[in-house]
Amino acid sequence: MVFNTFKEFFARFWKDIFKGRRDLKLGLYGPPNSGKSTLANRICKDWLGEEMSTVSNIAHETREIKVKEQINIKSKSGKELFFNLVDTPGIATRIDYEDFIKAGLSEKKAKRRAKEATKGIVDAIKWLNDMDAVVVVLDATQDPYSQVNITIIGNLQARNIPVIIAANKTDLKEARLKNVEAAFPQYPVVGISAKKGKNVSEFYESLFKHL
Amino acid sequence: MVTLQFIPYREIENLTSVGRIRKLLNVAKQNKIVLLQGRLRREEEAELIKVTMEEINREFQGIELAVINPSDSGTGFSRFKNNVFSVLLGDRQGITIIGPANIVKSIKKDPDKIELLTSERLVKKRRPK
Repeated sequence: MVFNTFKEFFARFWKDIFKGRRDLKLGLYGPPNSGKSTLANRICKDWLGEEMSTVSNIAHETREIKVKEQINIKSKSGKELFFNLVDTPGIATRIDYEDFIKAGLSEKKAKRRAKEATKGIVDAIKWLNDMDAVVVVLDATQDPYSQVNITIIGNLQARNIPVIIAANKTDLKEARLKNVEAAFPQYPVVGISAKKGKNVSEFYESLFKHL
Repeated sequence: MVTLQFIPYREIENLTSVGRIRKLLNVAKQNKIVLLQGRLRREEEAELIKVTMEEINREFQGIELAVINPSDSGTGFSRFKNNVFSVLLGDRQGITIIGPANIVKSIKKDPDKIELLTSERLVKKRRPK
């Protein structure tokens, strides 16, 4: 365990020296359907003028890691931040193809989606170690204390990776930003609606403040 | 019938991370709900999800996982005390519940209670015709 900690420290140190801030990898992590791809699209649209991922109401729409390179954002005070944005599949502990059939997919498509989703989750966990900073995207209308959320955030903390929590879907009246803040008091929490663009400028400012 | 299997911390204490995950997952794959004394390391929790995903098939749809840890909720001195116990004794405080997804629909945590919601599919299957 001590060896792993040293290994991670030196890997990070090495990476920082030779790659510099331009290759900062900013990951979007969270449970399925929390709005990671919607936020990725919002960031890409705002700063590159194009979308990055497809979105859907059916869970596990993003089933493979997607990377958008060289995004340059500017703060209100004129600072700049370069990063590569990594949109990851939603992390879950269970996948049942019958859930996709209930959501309206054919059996064949549901089985394929389930298979791809499990592989996507494995990849997302493997990529955790490569991240320089992570935005954990949570659905503010859902219970924030789910074990998946706690496991993701606990892992990032154990790896000393900076975390910002984006409490998404605050445009919905069921959203409870205070619940998310109460669940993770040690992390900066920004309430946003990636879909409607609500509070997104504050989210960008928080990137400058905490990364 | 739902079977609960209690695993004391000493049974996993000296195992490697791979060994711990294998032991817990093997029990869950036998359609038993695991009650583990203590908790896995944080990295092991993520690894457990990863290995679970690698093993999903028609019969095994994954797990429901919940960790109840008193040291997470304490403040000030009690938190410090719990952290000292963890360093000295290992992560044997609290309890970890791992339920196979075909039996456990969800686990709801509350400061005073844990609710295990079983799958309707299982209940339906067991109804007499």
